Amino acid sequence: MPRMEVFIDHCKGCELCVDVCPAGVIEMVEEINKLGYHPAKYKGEGCTGCGFCFYACPEPDAITVYKKED
Amino acid sequence: MAKDILEKPKGFHDVYFYKPGDDKENTHYCPGCGHGTAHKLIAEALEDFGVADRTIMISPVGCSVFVYYYFATGNIQAAHGRAPAVGTGLKRANPDSIVISYQGDGDLGAIGGNNILQAANRGENITVFFINNAIYGMTGGQMAPTTLLGQKTMTTPYGRSIQNEGYPIKICELLASLESPTYLERVAITDTKHIMKARLAIRKAIKTQIDNKGFSLVEILSPCPTGWRMTPVDAKKWITEKMMDYFKLGVFKDLTKERKPYSPPKMNLNLDEVEEKLGLKEKPPTFPSTMSDIKEQYRNPRIKVAGFGGQGVLMLGNLLAETGMLHDYNVSWLPSYGPEMRGGTANCQVHIDEGQIGSPVVTDSTVLVAMNKPSLDKFEPDVVPGGLILYNTSMIDRKPERTDVEAIPVPATEMADEIGSLRVANMIMIGAYLQKTGILTKDSIFAALDIAIKHKQFIPMNRQAIEAGIEHVKNMD
Ligand SMILES: Cc1ncc(C[n+]2csc(CCOP(=O)(O)OP(=O)(O)O)c2C)c(N)n1
Ligand code: SF4
Ligand code: SF4
Repeated sequence: MPRMEVFIDHCKGCELCVDVCPAGVIEMVEEINKLGYHPAKYKGEGCTGCGFCFYACPEPDAITVYKKED
Repeated sequence: MAKDILEKPKGFHDVYFYKPGDDKENTHYCPGCGHGTAHKLIAEALEDFGVADRTIMISPVGCSVFVYYYFATGNIQAAHGRAPAVGTGLKRANPDSIVISYQGDGDLGAIGGNNILQAANRGENITVFFINNAIYGMTGGQMAPTTLLGQKTMTTPYGRSIQNEGYPIKICELLASLESPTYLERVAITDTKHIMKARLAIRKAIKTQIDNKGFSLVEILSPCPTGWRMTPVDAKKWITEKMMDYFKLGVFKDLTKERKPYSPPKMNLNLDEVEEKLGLKEKPPTFPSTMSDIKEQYRNPRIKVAGFGGQGVLMLGNLLAETGMLHDYNVSWLPSYGPEMRGGTANCQVHIDEGQIGSPVVTDSTVLVAMNKPSLDKFEPDVVPGGLILYNTSMIDRKPERTDVEAIPVPATEMADEIGSLRVANMIMIGAYLQKTGILTKDSIFAALDIAIKHKQFIPMNRQAIEAGIEHVKNMD
């Protein structure tokens, strides 16, 4: 199954991934990361592998999308 | 999008080792900044085309000044707005490289406005990514040429008005009026549909250059949440609702199909030929150093030569420097042109030094050659105590006021007139200077004269004038 992953300490908490995700499977979390932001997180299921979040995210290394992997 | 995994593109460095400080894994950009997204799309394209290792990115002045931290390419950081000129040189010298100029709207649209216009007009085979975020981000949110009407910025606190600041500049439309550009498109970093369009435009622009088809520019409407004082999500909405209304998206020019592959001007630099053309084939004679034989105060002089434009002031300084080189000294020659050329004082500044020369500027001179009165008036105070003033008594009706310097009167203009041309008064002064100080020799000056004077028929008269200057000082002793 496709999935996305947020590398917590590369996320600046801009929420753009949450905004573009058609499946609504990304959320912002309470904890504060190393950079001082509330990072985004994959809810754990429902990712379709569309890659929208990857291209919306301004951080080179915050999001990886595995389109096919299970 | 045939990839199975979407991850950090290889066009980026793995670790940003150029970045100072502990965090070498994150960009310096604000949360939600469009620069990051644009970087990602460019880095991905460079990876996919396999051209990162022959790409040179030019970073501007602005928030993206640190482009070179991130991209695994060659990098050069240009002065504000000058990236297209730097890119021109890079591309012409390295036709196989992929040259990308990455610029903000202040950089490209304001201070660099003419630079981009001329590079586009020459049809340079470079790619420009133009980040239009309607503001100066780096300096804290001042108005940019692209700031929207009514938009409040630090410098337009009541909003940009037509009467005060004029309309926002539409760069794509402006450049589209030129014949040369091959590909111009405006895109926006907003929702996925538009980001994907931006992605394609970025790729197309790079491809245009890879195919040698000439100048390409992609204008990217890009969020600056910090400068706009909005959340990243609202910033994207603002682009959609406000910016796109004025800055229409679309292709403004696309001649990628029609244009023949562009062949850069041949730059076949054969060193032999260049030396021939510049007359460097014949090695000039060399002369030994004189510094240790001459009086302390004449060593390593800082010389100011001044007079009317037309008195051969620049030539005088130039010849001193040329001669100094023949003695294997370090020299510098700094002419000062300007409105002074017309009737006032023109001057040049010369260093002749055994050691290194820090700056070509001469402020406190050890030698002043004053060819007319305004020059003596102006520069006499700057001569160091114990310094030397040679002054042209034909044109100066007073003695130097300073009593702590050596002053040598030379009726240079009259002497030159006797020889047959007022124009060799400068050579009289050279003769006087070398006889007084001994820093240069008659032989070395004559050798330099042969190099410096293009019209050989004038050489005898110049030599004669130098000899006369020498005799004049000899007779003073
Ligand atoms: C010669 C010079 N003039 C002015 C500045 C100050 N300055 C630094 S960045 C900048 C404007 C940057 O705005 P923009 O090009 O829109 O880039 P952004 O920061 O928005 O990405 C200015 C005026 C400078 N560094 N050098
Ligand atoms: S878009 Fe990127 S930086 Fe922004 S919240 Fe999502 S993962 Fe974090
Ligand atoms: S000030 Fe604006 S342009 Fe500069 S990094 Fe922040 S969001 Fe980006």
